[in-house]
Amino acid sequence: MEILVCVKRVPDTSENEIEINAEGNDIERDDLVYSINEPDNYAVEEALRMVERAGGIVTVATVGGEDDEEVLRREMAMGAKQAALLSDESFDGSDARGIATVLKGFVQKGKYDLVLTGVQAEDGGAQVGGMLAAMLDYPFASLVTGIEALDGRKLKITREIEGGNKEIYEIDLPCVLSIQTGINEPRYVGMRGIRQVASVPISALGAADLGVEDGAVGAAAARVKRLDYFVPPAGKGAEMLSGGRAEIIDRLIELLKARGGLQ
Amino acid sequence: MPRIFACIEHKAGVADDSAAELAAAAKRIDAAQVPVAVVAGWGPGLDAVCEALRPAYSEIWRIADRALAHPDAEPLRKALASVLPRGSIVLVPHAHFGVDLSPGLSIKLDAAFVSDVLQIEGAEGAWLKVVRQEFGGQVSAHVRCDISSGAVINIRPGAFRPLESANAAGRVVDQSARIGDLTVRRRYLETVASETGGVDISKEPVLVSIGRGIQAQENVAIAEELAAAMGGAVSCSRPVVDAKWLDKSRQVGSSGCTVKPRVYLACGISGSFQHLVGIKGNPLVVAINKNPKAPIFRAADVGIVDDILEFLPALTDRIREQ
Repeated sequence: MEILVCVKRVPDTSENEIEINAEGNDIERDDLVYSINEPDNYAVEEALRMVERAGGIVTVATVGGEDDEEVLRREMAMGAKQAALLSDESFDGSDARGIATVLKGFVQKGKYDLVLTGVQAEDGGAQVGGMLAAMLDYPFASLVTGIEALDGRKLKITREIEGGNKEIYEIDLPCVLSIQTGINEPRYVGMRGIRQVASVPISALGAADLGVEDGAVGAAAARVKRLDYFVPPAGKGAEMLSGGRAEIIDRLIELLKARGGLQ
Repeated sequence: MPRIFACIEHKAGVADDSAAELAAAAKRIDAAQVPVAVVAGWGPGLDAVCEALRPAYSEIWRIADRALAHPDAEPLRKALASVLPRGSIVLVPHAHFGVDLSPGLSIKLDAAFVSDVLQIEGAEGAWLKVVRQEFGGQVSAHVRCDISSGAVINIRPGAFRPLESANAAGRVVDQSARIGDLTVRRRYLETVASETGGVDISKEPVLVSIGRGIQAQENVAIAEELAAAMGGAVSCSRPVVDAKWLDKSRQVGSSGCTVKPRVYLACGISGSFQHLVGIKGNPLVVAINKNPKAPIFRAADVGIVDDILEFLPALTDRIREQ
């Protein structure tokens, strides 16, 4: 089985407080810790488990620039055998549709049985996988929390729906699946593992290599554009308890008692 | 202004709450028109759903087909691509169904797509200005969308208040003959209901709920001790289940359990929308988080900025003393 996993490097929200810059046109990026988008990492792990069972190889690809190579390297340390950086000035400013267009070009250069993405990027909208599937005319399923290979180029998949319920589908290959967190426990990657793949070549492909036409991607083609960032309104806003910890605890206990929170 | 359509989710003959919310969202795009509802399904409940939508929608496009008996995005996308006029604006609830349906639908309709919209500021010429959130709700963003070739817009459930009065007396128009072949390469097999673990958190009056801030499995005991001292139970947000530190049956949120306690202690939980929608019944929500900018403080009644690994044991000790 040949599996492509599309990944993205994002600011790690478990490590950072996201703040807006002075101009309000971006988040403050200077001291951010970046990492692989969490659901993408689960997708890579799932792909690796599938090829460990059935044979084949896992390829990882990302659309971006030089800085994004580090996430490809990390996923190669996990076990992905090939990596591709899809990079071109003309891709800058692409919306989700533009990114899906670039990925479509890459998928069509290979012979993938299965394409995986993470369910959603931290700074995204759970959209590229579904768009890519529609562009390729492949079947698609989102929020996938289980994959089982069946005979005859088919998979049995589990989708997460509301209230902890699950939907089970059978889906034909090739297809695109967006993977939800929790589907597996991604293996640990240490610095040593990353060093071991430090010199493995990563192919770099631009618009011409991918057959991406001028005007199909980039800022000019983007139908959706972020104008600014702003701090969300406070809503009802919490009553913030301040003072020493002991003082706060006594006040909290009063509040809990008043609402039947201590029995 | 293009015509506005709303994809209606329904179950057992009843339209989802989002049906009224989409009608309200449509008004924010174009106050001058009453939108069209699209209701797809199969079986006896379908007509009841169409009938119930008549006050809020100018027309109700009924699509009946055996392939749509279960709400399955793959055949529905095909049906919609055949039925909807090019250039339309299509509103879809941003839930598990809309996430499956919409991105691909936008490609099939050659329309723009905007995901998970919380607010609509209005249209100006070819541009529609909306509000989204990024980074788990830590920041909001104004986004503009070119609607000149149509748009598919996923609307966050609960974000739009239904219109107070609606008397459109819409007519039901059957479109079933226009949908074409719905054969797809994904087949629905079954729905598996969630399992309740030993503790049913939906029935607990006091919940000590933990998130990523608990940091390690061995720290879960800190929350269990506090819950025991308070006479409640431990629940959690998604990352704790993903890490396998607690069972799925303990998860609060859209993909987990809906809870309605008297008191909800959100400990080290950032407060994503998907988590917050699982907390119902207007409990006292106390948020304890070391990040003063965590979105949970916008939703909580009481906020405490502290490290839960130190604060929770101190609170447990004090409760035991009393």
